[in-house]
Amino acid sequence: MSARDIHGPEAPWGEFVVVGKRNRKVDGMAMGTGAAVYADDILLPGMLHAKTLRSPHPHAKILSIDTSAAEALSGVHAVLTGKDLPTPYGVIPWTPDEHALALEKVRFLGDEVAAVAAVDEDTANEALTLIQVEYEILPFFLEPEEALANPEIMIHENDRGKGNVSKHVMLEFGSVDQALADAACVVEEDYSFHGTTHAAIEPHCAVASCSADGLLTLWSSTQITHYVHRALAAVLALDPAHIRVIQPFLGGAFGGKSDPFSLEFCVAALSRKTGRPVKMLWTREEVFYAHRGRHPMRMHYRSGTDRDGKLLGVDAKILIDGGAYSSFGLVTTYYAGQLLTGPYDFPTYRFDSTRVFTNKPPCGPKRGHGSVQPRFAFEVQLDELAEKLELDPIEIRRRNFQGEQTETVNGQRITSNGFMECLDAVEKASDWKNRYGQLEFGHGLGVAGSMYISGTNYPVYPNDMPQAGIQLKVDRSGLVTVFTGGNDIGQGSNTMTATVVAEELGLELSSIRVIAADTDLCPVDLGAYSSRVTFMVGNACIDAARKLRRQIVQAVAESWEVKESRVRMMAGKVFDLEDPKRSIPVREAFQIAEIKYDTLGATGSYNTPTLGGDYRGGTIGTAPAYSFTAHVAEVRVDTETGRILCEKVWIAHDCGRALNPTLVEGQMEGSAYMGLAEALLEDHNVDERGLHTGPSLLDYRIPTSVDTPELEALIIESVDPEGPYGAKEAGEGPLHPALPALANAIHNAVGIRIRHLPFTPGKVLAALEEISC
Amino acid sequence: MLRLPKFQLLQPRTLEEAGAMMQEHGSKALLLAGGTDLLPNMKHGLFEPEVVVALGNISDLGEIGVHSEGISIGAMTSLSAVAAHPELRSHAPVLAQAAGTVSGPQLRNQGTLGGNIMLDTRCKWYNQTYFWRQALGYCMKKDGTECHVVKGGSRCVAAASNDTAPALMVLNAQLNFLTQNGAETIPIRELYKADGIWNKKVSPTAILTEVHIPPSPPHAHMAYGKLRERGSIDFPLLGLAANFTVDSAGAIATADLATVALQARPSLLNKAENVLLGTHPGQEDFTLACQEVAQLASKQCRPLANIPGDEHWRQRMVPILVRRTLQAAADSTGPVSF
Repeated sequence: MSARDIHGPEAPWGEFVVVGKRNRKVDGMAMGTGAAVYADDILLPGMLHAKTLRSPHPHAKILSIDTSAAEALSGVHAVLTGKDLPTPYGVIPWTPDEHALALEKVRFLGDEVAAVAAVDEDTANEALTLIQVEYEILPFFLEPEEALANPEIMIHENDRGKGNVSKHVMLEFGSVDQALADAACVVEEDYSFHGTTHAAIEPHCAVASCSADGLLTLWSSTQITHYVHRALAAVLALDPAHIRVIQPFLGGAFGGKSDPFSLEFCVAALSRKTGRPVKMLWTREEVFYAHRGRHPMRMHYRSGTDRDGKLLGVDAKILIDGGAYSSFGLVTTYYAGQLLTGPYDFPTYRFDSTRVFTNKPPCGPKRGHGSVQPRFAFEVQLDELAEKLELDPIEIRRRNFQGEQTETVNGQRITSNGFMECLDAVEKASDWKNRYGQLEFGHGLGVAGSMYISGTNYPVYPNDMPQAGIQLKVDRSGLVTVFTGGNDIGQGSNTMTATVVAEELGLELSSIRVIAADTDLCPVDLGAYSSRVTFMVGNACIDAARKLRRQIVQAVAESWEVKESRVRMMAGKVFDLEDPKRSIPVREAFQIAEIKYDTLGATGSYNTPTLGGDYRGGTIGTAPAYSFTAHVAEVRVDTETGRILCEKVWIAHDCGRALNPTLVEGQMEGSAYMGLAEALLEDHNVDERGLHTGPSLLDYRIPTSVDTPELEALIIESVDPEGPYGAKEAGEGPLHPALPALANAIHNAVGIRIRHLPFTPGKVLAALEEISC
Repeated sequence: MLRLPKFQLLQPRTLEEAGAMMQEHGSKALLLAGGTDLLPNMKHGLFEPEVVVALGNISDLGEIGVHSEGISIGAMTSLSAVAAHPELRSHAPVLAQAAGTVSGPQLRNQGTLGGNIMLDTRCKWYNQTYFWRQALGYCMKKDGTECHVVKGGSRCVAAASNDTAPALMVLNAQLNFLTQNGAETIPIRELYKADGIWNKKVSPTAILTEVHIPPSPPHAHMAYGKLRERGSIDFPLLGLAANFTVDSAGAIATADLATVALQARPSLLNKAENVLLGTHPGQEDFTLACQEVAQLASKQCRPLANIPGDEHWRQRMVPILVRRTLQAAADSTGPVSF
């Protein structure tokens, strides 16, 4: 971290003009009118269509593949199998265990085996039926316990004695056993999370084109252009300078478009092989097989407090069902433990988490990566402790608040922390004091809190280069173009970058154009994951814009023969603060500066400070700032049907400073919606054959508008010292408390503790029967 | 995106033309009304017609007529039109309610009453893509021989999933078809049979043209109850239609109950109906009778693991849905949905 990385949270011109306003998204009209071009909208002359052949077995050796009949079919241009792309890859460089197409074996029902490019989709589909694959069926494991119990049958062959363990992490901070032995109150229980997927409305799509001089261009619905770029170069054995990756408009991602995917390698290789542009659009069913959704976890938690409810220690043992590949699993295994250590202070902590391979669609990062499940377990356990201690559930959370400018038990630096204000806000808005414990049977309130990273210090491949870069180009017309590698996946990052640059240069938003996520045009950014974009790219924008501003102000001051402090840029004009009649349009100011400094432009960067505990894995889960959230959920439980009706959720989220409150609220509401859906409806599951139980949006039930409660977003602005104008993340943190707040509200309503997700009506009825016995 | 298989699309302008086309192409042809079920099913490889005869251009199949002999509804009337029609809402509310709970608003605009009556049965082992069914090894309803719901079963138990079927059954609706023998009228109560592969007694080439609802007696009480996971879009996990009339003394004179989403055939709950006779809605005898009906229905209704959702929970919901739907009929507060 250098001076360029901290800019202070203050307004650049004394008061905010663009920041904090409810401006429209810069690309909102394009999306709203259907003009926006998504990957599948791309049609190129001579373009071929590609399809994937998938494994019908959950675990099998590939003995042979005969593609001759497919290749002979009229209209087929090329067929690929694993042998064409034998280099393994993985988004985490330490665990490259995936292939563009299965090489020697298939590891889940739906694993990719071959790809065909043909003149149209129907021909490609027909060709798939002509490919003969000879399999030797292998025993398969659908539960992590089974996979652990059979280490001799390895889903990923290894000679390191790991059996089917994907990753194991055990970290202890202080003496947990001693602390819990001394505790006045201990709760020890099992909890579980069942597994859910992203269900972004846009299915994955990629289009590749090769020029005659060997330049490969890939348009892909990815949320991390840079990692796709790197992976393509490695797997296709190409010079990365000859590859251009572009992310067009994206129809939702939620973590499900973070890995490099088979289709990206396949269209690139097929395009190289055929000399034609090639497109592959996955079906909804294929997206369910590609998955990378939230890991099922079995969680054993033991926590203890003193007589006053002050936490003394937390002990967690977590078994993670990883599915067939590593994906981000190394990080997941750490995050499952590392991200629990706030907003509460606990003096001792141990977590022992094990990720296991199973023969199911691979799990990966989904909004709130790795930490939504443990957060559920812990926040329910905290409620159980409060119950035992006869403390108000909000009060026990207040008593354990870790404070601002502090360090967690696992060595994470906490800067701003608005969690107490979050608790105050949901307590007040829900009229908790007058209603909690006073409602009739069947009607309840529940609270939960959480913390989440605002970016991660740990780039997936270790390097000392900036994590975010920005380039600004200035036009004589008064237009500023922002070039950013940051991926706008609907969260509004393009609006964020435009907002920051507009604020710094005193421009109207309409005078800013954002060119994003094109590796030829934009400086590297690590992409839209870990809630890093606002914090990191925002800071890089300030860095770049201030350099530019300095030049413009200097040039104008010189031309007007006044002190620089008198020059003010605002609303597309530049004027003299002491003589406001002296005013010129910003385009004139740009021209004055261009005369003085030659062609104008600026770059800006951001890198994280050196942070994290001094132990193996100590930087994983370390962030330059953390966001905090509290929810209160109000539910009614129909004790006859077991149906849970969530009527309302109050969401208070500390996002540092809301650069655009409407977009922050959208993220808060969308997060709560998604969390509630995971608790009540969604279930990503396979049956005993390894067959997905419903790979469609009819059978995988995401809530409709009528299933969604009233959501009230309460923005808390703690103003972080290092965030851009004090901003922190808002895209993932607000999801976490949704599940435990609902569980705690159900308990408050009818006295049952449901520790195993999802809260199906059958489970509710069974629990009700248990307590009435 | 899943692809539609190739087929020849015919768009007759008259019913006669449509009838002739179906006669000519026979089992190679399928009828398309709104297409909201047929087209996804074709994408899944469940139907492979060479010819699709679309009824959308036939002008007089989409009318609702109210006359002294009752209400006639053209088979191509959209489900949203049925749900919103004032005469149906007042004289046949169970139908309006059932139509209003089918799927979601957009699909109700496109989907038709006729299409819903003639809906294919559904099963979690059947309504899947070709790839998925291939990995399963298929099932007896399509491409295979085995039943995955009832191990060793010899008859397909895919579930009738049309909300409007039980509603029309309790209304004693008559259906007009154009078959190869000309116009035929069939009471809806006699349309369905217990065979999940094709659960209708008419041939797939028969064109449903009109639904006729006889006038309901004064003081009819009706409601539709639907069990589903979400408040919209989903097919029923269980559907129940209720229709009873009271005499001048306020006692129930006739009672009809019908269910759907259990097995291949929507069915009347005959035994249960009799218990309601002579009881007085609003009084304790009715409440007690409802409980007895609910218990009888539980014995008669045995949800299978044929459609998604927990069949044990569906079983437990039978008496509750029955009780709540009867109460809603008595109080005119339908539909019931949970």
